Amino acid sequence: LKNARSSGKLRLQKWYTATAERDKKKMVRELMQIVLARKPKMCSFLEWRDLKIVYKRYASLYFCCAIEEQDNELITLEVIHRFVELLDKYFGSVCELDIIFNFEKAYFILDEFLMGGEIQDTSKKSVLKAIEQADLLQEEDESPRSVLEEMGLA
Amino acid sequence: MPAPIRLRELIRTIRTARTQAEEREMIQKECAAIRSSFREEDNTYRCRNVAKLLYMHMLGYPAHFGQLECLKLIASQKFTDKRIGYLGAMLLLDERQDVHLLMTNCIKNDLNHSTQYVQGLALCTLGCMGSSEMCRDLAGEVEKLLKTSNSYLRKKAALCAVHVIRKVPELMEMFLPATKNLLSEKNHGVLHTSVVLLTEMCERSPDMLAHFRKLVPQLVRILKNLIMSGYSPEHDVSGISDPFLQVRILRLLRILGKGDDDSSEAMNDILAQVATNTETSKNVGNAILYETVLTIMDIKSESGLRVLAINILGRFLLNNDKNIRYVALTSLLKTVQTDHNAVQRHRSTIVDCLKDLDVSIKRRAMELSFALVNGNNIRGMMKELLYFLDSCDPEFKADCASGVFLAAEKYAPSKRWHIDTIMRVLTTAGSYVRDDSVPNLIQLITNSVEMHAYTVQRLYKALLDDISQQPLVQVASWCIGEYGDLLISGQCEEEEPIQVTEDEVLDVLEGLLVSNLSSPVTRGYSLTAIMKLSTRFSSVNRIKKVVSIYGSSIDVELQQRAVEYNALFKKYDHMRPALLERMPIMEKTASNGPTEIVQTNGEAEPSVVEPKHPPPVGQPASQGNDLLDLLGGNDVPVIPTTMPTKPASAGGELLDLLGDLSLGLSLMAFYLFDLSKTVNFLSIGIPPMTAYNKNGLKIDFTFERANPNPNVAVITIHASNSTEADMTDFVFQAAVPKTFQLQLLSPSSNVVPALNQGTVTQVIRVLNQQKQQLRMRIKLTYIHKGSAVQDLAEVNNFPPQSWQ
Repeated sequence: LKNARSSGKLRLQKWYTATAERDKKKMVRELMQIVLARKPKMCSFLEWRDLKIVYKRYASLYFCCAIEEQDNELITLEVIHRFVELLDKYFGSVCELDIIFNFEKAYFILDEFLMGGEIQDTSKKSVLKAIEQADLLQEEDESPRSVLEEMGLA
Repeated sequence: MPAPIRLRELIRTIRTARTQAEEREMIQKECAAIRSSFREEDNTYRCRNVAKLLYMHMLGYPAHFGQLECLKLIASQKFTDKRIGYLGAMLLLDERQDVHLLMTNCIKNDLNHSTQYVQGLALCTLGCMGSSEMCRDLAGEVEKLLKTSNSYLRKKAALCAVHVIRKVPELMEMFLPATKNLLSEKNHGVLHTSVVLLTEMCERSPDMLAHFRKLVPQLVRILKNLIMSGYSPEHDVSGISDPFLQVRILRLLRILGKGDDDSSEAMNDILAQVATNTETSKNVGNAILYETVLTIMDIKSESGLRVLAINILGRFLLNNDKNIRYVALTSLLKTVQTDHNAVQRHRSTIVDCLKDLDVSIKRRAMELSFALVNGNNIRGMMKELLYFLDSCDPEFKADCASGVFLAAEKYAPSKRWHIDTIMRVLTTAGSYVRDDSVPNLIQLITNSVEMHAYTVQRLYKALLDDISQQPLVQVASWCIGEYGDLLISGQCEEEEPIQVTEDEVLDVLEGLLVSNLSSPVTRGYSLTAIMKLSTRFSSVNRIKKVVSIYGSSIDVELQQRAVEYNALFKKYDHMRPALLERMPIMEKTASNGPTEIVQTNGEAEPSVVEPKHPPPVGQPASQGNDLLDLLGGNDVPVIPTTMPTKPASAGGELLDLLGDLSLGLSLMAFYLFDLSKTVNFLSIGIPPMTAYNKNGLKIDFTFERANPNPNVAVITIHASNSTEADMTDFVFQAAVPKTFQLQLLSPSSNVVPALNQGTVTQVIRVLNQQKQQLRMRIKLTYIHKGSAVQDLAEVNNFPPQSWQ
């Protein structure tokens, strides 16, 4: 699972294993407590249940990733960083509000970057280009309608 | 109906809510609006409404009524609808809802859509939340896309295949042909996802693993190119070319090289190259090095490479970055067993990490430190570890204390050092010491015979200072009870003997009894200790008084003991000295873990001694006094007890009862014990028998059934010697017919004292599944009056109850 949150509010969450809604909520609450309690000087890894949690703080947002025993913690930090870079490039100096008001876009980026918990493409350029193109497709959808609306014919 | 408000507006509105209640109200209002909009089957605004629903869902509000709407969006032709629809499906649906299966057809169509971004959406959704049924239905489509030349789709298809395989492992085979030339791709996205796919397949199937081993040279080549090639801006991270791909390849190599000499050899060079050439200034480089180290340690690498790996970890330990240090400690912990000497070289750095501020690092450093303790470094290490114990957080103290005890036991350079270390732990972290350490410590103390005086003196002094730490108090009271005479006599050799009077000692022990700080267990210990001193001190009257006071104590345990001890004073005074005699040295047959439990009586704890009487006893005893009555009925000299030889580890319950463990030499003494166990035993009533009686050596057998298996007969042999000379090096062996199974436990000793002054006991367990008549052949060897004696005998006179 992967989530981004700030001061106790969840902004994004992605689960790659089927989990009951109730359990998800419980786990998120637990994790939030543990991670928010960490002091700034502590290391970015902690053990939780039978998983390892890798977290990194960017301004007011905490990004957390739960990985398995055999996964590489240090590279996970890089994965988190890459995701933040993608957001940053897309939104232009991303801040928390961007993610709040455009959460669906943040999800689109995440889903273009990772699938099933694994990286789809290691090239930043590639991921961003795909998002751009998809956004264009979306605009093509919408523009005819808005023209008609303007004309009062919709 | 006015157009539903836009997503952004809703978000803005909700954020203005000042209280949770206000927010809930807004949400409910909007949900109602959305619901009616859904009911009207409004196509135009469905997308907007679902998006809003997803936002509210993220805030924690229920959104299940939107599930079907997501499906409708997915089925729509508009890309925008599909995008939100699939997102909604991933957030709101999973395999638990039956509804999700309705998606299957849509996904199938979209997998074949003309627009690759739609195909991408479908692949992504399937790859993130597809259920096994969906995967089964759509695997064929995924496989097709895995072979396409469109790298955008190919990379997604690969990861989707990974998910399919995770959900339905049997389908793995069908993806095999498509993997053929995955690695010849230039596109890094495809390469990366392909390596992930190959890794997944190899992890799941040994056949696949064997099949893909031939890819090792190709993987090595790709990795080499990554390292050697110049700057590639697209994949560069802090000067390193595509670290994600590098790490993934290293991991796959690890799996392929494990246990295989040829593959491991083929990758030796590249691993060495990566290990030496990677930039370590940033986290990225270290991430790669970390993965490299993991790989080197797992495959059959040559020793030079392994040393290189451990040195990298050693360097990590000196890194300023906590994360790196943490990762190093974790890896070292994994390798300390196999590459012990190499890790030892970094011992001082590891010990320094004990002082780190981070909790996780401290814990790892502690575990590693204990793993590195050996006979050579014990003194130095223990100093550091004790210092750590003093200053560490409470959550560590129990583990650290246990670790110290274990290490001390294994490597103590001298008995005095050992006792001192134990004392140090008890006084500094006494309240955190585990309960089961107390019996172990007592056993250690009894075994250090020459240190008894020193030990009891130190413990006494510690008690004077502080009686709040229960394990310390328990061990101390036990020792004072046992060795109080040494304390009074001022015999200590190791340090300045203190002058203590009997009254002072009794004051201290009585103080424990009345103190609020003492737990009930501790009180039990002190009462028993006081009782024992009645044979070692002369102030018997004072002791008698104390004991009788507690005969009416509210605490049942205390009361029972006091009553029994009282009875000892009154009716059985002649037995008292024997009963309260000094404990023998206990044999420890196992230090931890499950121990041989002889008489279980259906309970999990090893039971304490139960006296067995040669004459069958029919009456069940119900209270403490009753049992003593039974004993009192015989004028026979104190009946030899048969003690099952039990290892010393076990819960504090054993010690609770008496503060004694019964092991080792059989004593001419009874131990008071938990009567419920006696009752059980007495009701069995299989008569004992004499198995052998020749040349002054008599061997009696007494019986019991072992719970829970009634086919197992537990026989205790009692060997006694009526001649004037001891029989030494006494060994008892037994053999049974083939239909039986025999298990012989350790004997209590191998000296049978002369003139019936004691017996050697040993327990035999016989499994008699076919319920045949029990027969046994025994062989006895011993040395008597300087000459070796050996004898064989058949034992046929087993009472029928013992095998029926």
